[in-house]
Amino acid sequence: MSLLETRGLTKRFGGLVANQTIDFRLEKGELVGLIGPNGAGKTTFFNCITGFYRPDEGRVFFRGRDVTGWSPERICRAGIARTFQVVKTFRDMTVLENVMVGAFLRHPRPAAARAHAEAVLETTGLTHLADVQAGGLPIAYRKRLELARALATEPEVLFLDEAMAGLNPGEIQEAVAMVRRLWEQGLTIVLVEHVMEVVMPLAQRVVVLDYGQVIADDTPERVAKDPRVIEAYLGERFARQAREG
Amino acid sequence: MAILVLLWSLLGLAWNIIGGYGGQVSLGHAVFFGLGAYTSSILLERWQVSPWLGMLAGAAVAAIAALLIGWPTFRLQGHYFAIATIAAGEIFAILFRNWEWAGGAVGIYLPLIRGDQLVNFQFHETKVPYYYIVLVMALLAVAVTYALERSRAGYYLRALRADQDAARSLGVPITRYKLIAMVISAVLTAIGGTFYAQFVLYISPNTVFALMLSVQMCLVAVLGGLGTIAGPIIGAMVLIPMAEYTRVFLGGRGGGLHLVVYGLLIVIISVFQPAGLVGLLRRRTRPTPPPAMPTPAEEGIA
Repeated sequence: MSLLETRGLTKRFGGLVANQTIDFRLEKGELVGLIGPNGAGKTTFFNCITGFYRPDEGRVFFRGRDVTGWSPERICRAGIARTFQVVKTFRDMTVLENVMVGAFLRHPRPAAARAHAEAVLETTGLTHLADVQAGGLPIAYRKRLELARALATEPEVLFLDEAMAGLNPGEIQEAVAMVRRLWEQGLTIVLVEHVMEVVMPLAQRVVVLDYGQVIADDTPERVAKDPRVIEAYLGERFARQAREG
Repeated sequence: MAILVLLWSLLGLAWNIIGGYGGQVSLGHAVFFGLGAYTSSILLERWQVSPWLGMLAGAAVAAIAALLIGWPTFRLQGHYFAIATIAAGEIFAILFRNWEWAGGAVGIYLPLIRGDQLVNFQFHETKVPYYYIVLVMALLAVAVTYALERSRAGYYLRALRADQDAARSLGVPITRYKLIAMVISAVLTAIGGTFYAQFVLYISPNTVFALMLSVQMCLVAVLGGLGTIAGPIIGAMVLIPMAEYTRVFLGGRGGGLHLVVYGLLIVIISVFQPAGLVGLLRRRTRPTPPPAMPTPAEEGIA
């Protein structure tokens, strides 16, 4: 039994099919990259799994349980946490308070939630910013804070939606190291990313979406050589670079 | 005046729980005020039930109303929620205006009970007992807010005010917590309603279900400072004397000049102190130093 599985997942917006009969399996302890050109349906897929969208067809199973159509809060309680592509920091709360909101899920008492949140800040290297208003942080720290907040809910699976977008190369390196560390500690991670250079060395397996469909699902090396992927994603990009260069 | 300021502190604090901490701007809180006033008054007038018991009954009725209003309206966001609560407020006002058994548009005159005893919740010799009663009520609201601020519910409310989707992604059942906040807020508001009825000894739909009441509860909290304990108290201390003095000095000249001046003062406060009057205090006492922000590059070296 896979940890997480979607069967024939389909989501339409009016006439547009954002996700078309996606069959996806995630095993415990995997680190999977989900890539695809803009508008391929990656975020929609995330939203269907994490309860923000209700799929039109198909089912989502988590630990063998049908969780299709569950609310986001219930999905989170079940053990699936996520971050957002556009960061959603609680701006007028401090960094520690932001993480405490996540920690409260499994630690209803404030003192326990605070202790757990402090531990999470420690592992994510945010301790020195604990009392800073989160709204004033630079984007790299807000992205990291969002990761910390999600971790504080003690998930089994973590979905990261473009956690590296908008970061400079040094910041990307740090973020990659952190994701790898979390994975080594036993967390199952799905990484949505535009930056191929991030996903390829990090992921064990890469799933490629194009026009809402899975066009490849293999090791990074083989995906990078897949003609359909090059056509749909890399090809388009190299073609553009060639034009601009 | 002190009694009025305390009553409005209570109402502002009550409103602040859902409107300030929860960020759900309700303009229908007069419903809870009116239900508190009417429940205790009807019980007293018809069945000679002690206003203290009536106050508890009124709080219970208001709590139920909060659930009934909140359940459908909390699906709405932002301005639409505010509009829906205005509508709810007007529905109750019309209902009570036409409900002959509850006094209709004329309202209810409360039976006078001489003797000035605390159990009767009526004092004719002196107003001082009212002052202490409303003081205790306002302190109760402060205590409730203080406890809420430090509880899981307090954190959850601030989180869902900032971003509902992010809160849900962290396992916060947002509708449940909005309803909890609404019920607490309604109970405290209803207590204020019963106090008002016992203080004035006459209630009518036009006075206790008035939209203006709802607006003023919101104003007190917003001008004072949302989502803080001191905010609504400061708001009441500034706003209520301001309203009274402009009325005393300018009300007699007709043409609603006092309302114009009152409105102008509100505009001035909101332009210069958008974070509320509490922001003034904060700026004075705690000049927050900009936090030292190590750049990622520096961290990399270290």
